[in-house]
Amino acid sequence: MRPGHNSKRFSWLTIYAVGYMLFLYAPVILLPLFAFNSSTIIAFPLSGFTTEWFTVLLNNAALGESVENSLIVAVSTAILSTLLGACAARASARYRFPGQRGMIAFIMLPLVLPEIIVAVALLVLLMQLGLSLSLWTVIGGHTLICVPYSIAILSSAFHGLDRSLEEASFDLGETSWGTFKRVTFPLVLPGVISSLLICFTISLDEFIIAFFLTGTDATLPVYIWSQLRFPTKLPSIMALGTILLALSVILLILAEWFRQRSAKRQGVEASAAGGFL
Amino acid sequence: MQDKPIIELRDVIKRFGSVQALNGINATIREGEFFSLLGPSGCGKTTLLRMIAGFEDPTDGAIVIDGKSMQGIPANRRPTNMVFQSYAIFPHLSVAENVAYGLKKKKLSKAEIAAEVDKALSMVDLAGYGRRAAHELSGGQRQRVALARALVMRPKVVLLDEPLSALDKKLREQMQVELRQLQQSIGITFILVTHDQEEALIMSDRIAVMFEGNIAQIDTPEGLYRRPVSKRVASFIGVMNFLDATATGQDGTGLSLDIPALGKVTVPPSHVPEGMAAASVQSIGVRPEMLTILFDGKDKAESETTGKVTGTSYYGDMTYYTVALNGVGAPVTVSMRNTAGRSVLPVGSPVRVGWGAESIVLFE
Amino acid sequence: MILGREARQGLTLISPTMIYALLLLAAPLLTVVTFSFWTQDYLTIDTTLTLNNYREAWTQPIYRILILRSLMVSLVVTLVTVLLAFPIAYYLSFHVTRRKALWLFMITIPFWTSYLLRVFLWKVILGYNGVLNSALTGLGIIDEPLTFLLYNINAVIITLAHAWAPFAILPIFVALEKIDRSLLEAAEDLGDGPVRRFFRVTLPLAMPGVIASILIVLIPTVGDFITPRLVGGTDGLMIANMIQIQFGKANNAPLGAALAVSSMVIVASISLVIYLAGKRFGGKTQ
Repeated sequence: MRPGHNSKRFSWLTIYAVGYMLFLYAPVILLPLFAFNSSTIIAFPLSGFTTEWFTVLLNNAALGESVENSLIVAVSTAILSTLLGACAARASARYRFPGQRGMIAFIMLPLVLPEIIVAVALLVLLMQLGLSLSLWTVIGGHTLICVPYSIAILSSAFHGLDRSLEEASFDLGETSWGTFKRVTFPLVLPGVISSLLICFTISLDEFIIAFFLTGTDATLPVYIWSQLRFPTKLPSIMALGTILLALSVILLILAEWFRQRSAKRQGVEASAAGGFL
Repeated sequence: MQDKPIIELRDVIKRFGSVQALNGINATIREGEFFSLLGPSGCGKTTLLRMIAGFEDPTDGAIVIDGKSMQGIPANRRPTNMVFQSYAIFPHLSVAENVAYGLKKKKLSKAEIAAEVDKALSMVDLAGYGRRAAHELSGGQRQRVALARALVMRPKVVLLDEPLSALDKKLREQMQVELRQLQQSIGITFILVTHDQEEALIMSDRIAVMFEGNIAQIDTPEGLYRRPVSKRVASFIGVMNFLDATATGQDGTGLSLDIPALGKVTVPPSHVPEGMAAASVQSIGVRPEMLTILFDGKDKAESETTGKVTGTSYYGDMTYYTVALNGVGAPVTVSMRNTAGRSVLPVGSPVRVGWGAESIVLFE
Repeated sequence: MILGREARQGLTLISPTMIYALLLLAAPLLTVVTFSFWTQDYLTIDTTLTLNNYREAWTQPIYRILILRSLMVSLVVTLVTVLLAFPIAYYLSFHVTRRKALWLFMITIPFWTSYLLRVFLWKVILGYNGVLNSALTGLGIIDEPLTFLLYNINAVIITLAHAWAPFAILPIFVALEKIDRSLLEAAEDLGDGPVRRFFRVTLPLAMPGVIASILIVLIPTVGDFITPRLVGGTDGLMIANMIQIQFGKANNAPLGAALAVSSMVIVASISLVIYLAGKRFGGKTQ
């Protein structure tokens, strides 16, 4: 720290930061605590250690089915969003055309639109068209809200890509497709993987759109919602949440790792926040 | 150097929307020469280079390379290769892979590719660097890799877009000499885009000076320096003193001038640009080194005038004096080589300034 | 006007995404708007255009109360969230010198737990036999468990302020990071103390980030219905719950659509006002 800074203010801010982090982590810390707690009631004091709730999960057919549904939805959403996101991110980073800002803004709109509006709007349209609800309608909705995240991640990948690299490839006799294969794709690949992982994670956790648009096949969050009403099911839901949390954190660490690798490949310092915005 | 043209630019026009970037460029670049496009930023020099490379299409006019019109031929099928300003070294490939990048398309065996790459790398003094990663290279090394990558393609023309601007002064000066030597030894045509007049003078066989989408003058470095066609070119290349002048007559002995700051003079016919009418002469130019301060009473010059020192700048080997001549007009700059027995004159000293008719450049 | 090659390529490239957004966003939004002018007639929809739904949505006290409460809650949540977030963003940007990325990562981790479970866990923390009450009684600070914690607006505000924390921190952090540090030194050099410097240089320059985080928190919270359902009790219900009821149990989709459109219009106008106000305050910085 440079001299002249107020060191008292510094320590106050540190204390505040620690307190804030406690506030952020309070619910998350409880999750594993109750997952391994032997009491069926979710309250303090804790009674004893058990892995029973995890075993219960294994023998739950409805849960298995919803996990399977969620995986189908999340994988399809991740692939579809990343493809669409890549098109838009590339178009915004590399080209200039009339209406560009407006189009990008419109595509990014779901980021600030309340999910209930997106859900209700899609539901009404489907009703009007007489289409039945299925996992595909959920995938459609999830892709809509994931594309903006994908664009945000891939934009930084495409922006970091020096335009003269592609020109150099072209200049050295490569075709457009060859340039994409040998230069562009390898350089943005980590960004693509990062986008796939983030979209997968978002879709896996999303509840409101899934709740409105799901047919008879419930996704995992919809299943959890249905179980929250039954107090006896709660401990195993805690166990499920613990597993999901661990899974999300692993996926995120992977996504962040790939994003930083992408930045490193392009020889630029990975901006600290770029991946999340 | 042969006189065979390698690139011909015929009435090349480029418009971006309503902005005219190039207004009808005509130029012929000869095989094996080092040709520079010199001008301030925004003069269209980079656009012209990118059109030769095939990254931009001319709005009108023709670009002919080696006798073939380049109309509709994309960059990847042109016999030109480019060294980019940012060097554009592929960050995910090693040095050798970078250099071999374009060879992959050329149906060579692995051994042939390796041999070509080694040859190109040793040409740029990077033998043994093949396995380095791109990010391990210094600026100067990146520039060499970019050059090797272009040369390995055996292009008819190498295009260099401000290739030295990212380097620091020392390294830049060293690379200027090296690039020039390399070009002379391999005999490939180089076209360099630069805004640095010194760089263009040092490296080029010929230079095209560009302003606002037009070529103002194409000439050898010496020709540009000694016979600039306009005041603008004259002041862009080096330092030029401009003095008011009126023509008093023209005959077989030359063009007679009355220059209030210097005196009366007759410029020999060989120094009068073709087609310049006596009446149109408005001013003259004279380079600082063509004026001499006569330190010693015994020093003689073809002609001389008097003045007073109004300022000095000491450069070590040289001293630049500003001198008010005859008390007329703005002071002129006079450069003098410093010698052992001579110290810098103080401001206010009265001086005699020597000059010659041959050093005078006429402007309309 | 004839488009250049670049413009054509750009438009071609963006078209799949744009078409997707038109089909799955523009078309549904237009349908909702159209729907809000129709009427539910038991199982069928009467497609005569009418303003009845809006009349009902704007005059019936229940809807007015819910909309006003939603707005109030959202504004308070936004204020609390952004005020709490700013010092953290400031701390990260100005006082954390190493491992900034790790800090940011740590801030985002809690938000990748299922949203449902996070809200539910706040219920566990704030409940009658919850973590907070049992800790406080255990420590002997209180005798009786506190009842004002759960099933009211306070609980909704705490839960939402927690849920949107990273969305508030990140835009402010990015804006603070962009500030050229030499500007702060210049301000100091010109005689500003830390406080004056903060209000005259740092805050105006960070304003775009603050506005972004205000909007990014405000808009979605108006439409949340999980949090009010789980921790809000009957007094904590918001307009989104009513929209969900109209589309579900009440089976009056047109009225639900009218409520959705009305709240969107109100939120959009408030957002616009905030955006313009922010532009006036820090607008010259961009």
